[in-house]
Amino acid sequence: MDVKSTKNFVFWLFCQFELITCSYLMEPWEKVLFYSFNLSMVGMLFYTTYVCAAAHVSTGLQFLWNLLGNQHENAVSVVK
Amino acid sequence: NHIVHNGGLYKRPFNEAFEETPMLVAVLTYVGYGVLTLFGYLRDFMRQWKIEKCQNATEREEQKDFVPLYQDFENFYNRNLYMRIRDSWNRPICSVPGAKVDMMERVSHDYNWTFTYTGRVIKDIINMGSYNYLGFAQNAGACQEAAAKVLSQYGAGVCSTRHEMGNLDKHEELEKLVARFLGVESAMAYGMGFATNSMNIPALVSKGCLILSDELNHASLVLGARLSGATIRIFKHNNMQSLEKLLKDAIVHGQPRTRRPWKKILILVEGIYSMEGSIVRLPEVIALKKKYKSYLYLDEAHSIGALGPSGRGVVEYFGLNPEDVDVMMGTFTKSFGAAGGYIGGKKELIDYLRTYSHSAVYATSMSPPVVEQIITSVKCIMGEDGTTIGEARVQQLAENTRYFRRRLKEMGFIIYGNEDSPVVPLMLYMPAKIGAFGREMLKRNIGVVVVGFPATPIIESRARFCLSAAHTKEMLDTALKEINEVGDLLQLKYSRRRLVPLLDRPFDETTYEETED
Repeated sequence: MDVKSTKNFVFWLFCQFELITCSYLMEPWEKVLFYSFNLSMVGMLFYTTYVCAAAHVSTGLQFLWNLLGNQHENAVSVVK
Repeated sequence: NHIVHNGGLYKRPFNEAFEETPMLVAVLTYVGYGVLTLFGYLRDFMRQWKIEKCQNATEREEQKDFVPLYQDFENFYNRNLYMRIRDSWNRPICSVPGAKVDMMERVSHDYNWTFTYTGRVIKDIINMGSYNYLGFAQNAGACQEAAAKVLSQYGAGVCSTRHEMGNLDKHEELEKLVARFLGVESAMAYGMGFATNSMNIPALVSKGCLILSDELNHASLVLGARLSGATIRIFKHNNMQSLEKLLKDAIVHGQPRTRRPWKKILILVEGIYSMEGSIVRLPEVIALKKKYKSYLYLDEAHSIGALGPSGRGVVEYFGLNPEDVDVMMGTFTKSFGAAGGYIGGKKELIDYLRTYSHSAVYATSMSPPVVEQIITSVKCIMGEDGTTIGEARVQQLAENTRYFRRRLKEMGFIIYGNEDSPVVPLMLYMPAKIGAFGREMLKRNIGVVVVGFPATPIIESRARFCLSAAHTKEMLDTALKEINEVGDLLQLKYSRRRLVPLLDRPFDETTYEETED
């Protein structure tokens, strides 16, 4: 079943993360502390991306659109 | 088709490789150690402010204002890192450490601070950790019967030192036999291998002499060198250019302040280095020793019985003359299934050591059943007991070594050391994998020895397999299958298959390492 093998793969990935960051060796309360710290960091990263990066990307797209629009208008006026 | 350089010193190809640590693995290892260090600081903080119960050794209340005793890095490492993976060491075994061993099961309910025995015995664990190279760790057979007979004749204790009343006829017989086995004039046996090194080097060298010791020498050699009071200089591991440079400097400049010539120059090397699995470049060392007129002390603790077509050690492996090595030292612990050490050499040297060695004067002599075990096993290896068991075992060990190393390399693990050495270090690198490897292998009924800091550099932790002639091919295949499984589970197959064979030609500025993809 594809779902089972995906689940196994995700679990194996999580085990590798545990081994690399040595959370495999930690006591349960230490694991809770460590994972909550990691998840809060990742959450803040997503929030920052949403707030700042989205604004930058939309400004950039607007600029590009204006550039293309002007070109189109200039070309049309010359032909006229 | 092997073109031999170095003036034709090597009669056989010398294949040694130490694959470099992959950069990503090194970075991730440091990340792991960083996380553990942070949590170590947190736990120490909690222990100091009494938020958590302190279970390790601390000073008494009255001594809290004194200079702190447990603040150095070693104690920090011990409390916070070693304790987490401590269950892989000091495992109690309850049978003879042959190819298969029984182990007492133990659990810990407070994260390895204390252990309790469940009462169950785990039977028939494949033993990949004992130094049992020729399989003489047996509780049945010719050696055991002879030792039992001698035990009933002489008893177990000697109750004296060699000088006083402890020199038995068994000891004389053993020493003559060992001298014949090694091909030297005379030999002397001691009760403890560590004490052989640490107590005899001070008898051979003193202040005003120079000791050139390999970087990765054993603690017994280092202790003996330091106790002697001689000047110690270290050369890079198995690196003959480094050794030659040190020798040249020693001859040219002499002693540091007075510029007098050194009284003696002693080179300390080992036959097989047990943490790396590398074999010493003995032909080159002997050539250098003869050129610069120095003495050679060869510690064959792991190589005696394990190398060479008839098991006589690294000198026979390279086809050299035993008389070229001034002091041949070895132990009976690894290949002979007993305990103790020996030193072999010229008769004048051994007679001097009989009088002036600390171990001879102060240490109790070897116990008679142990001596008989050594005598019987040496006779077996030499073939003098009328059977070909010894020869068969030496060949079986060589076959096992080649097979095991080849299969592990094919699987993609990073293996250090020489192709022919029965000590096989498998690199683990990350601290969590040290504990995980030991536990997973025990779950699959294989006992391994894992090694970390401080026995190895901090990022190069490893699992060390010691092969034995007692391992059958089926046992090795089972072990290899399990190692393969655990390697996939823990992602241990780091090798990028870029074999960098060590240079066999003269080193100059234009040579660079070969890589093959």
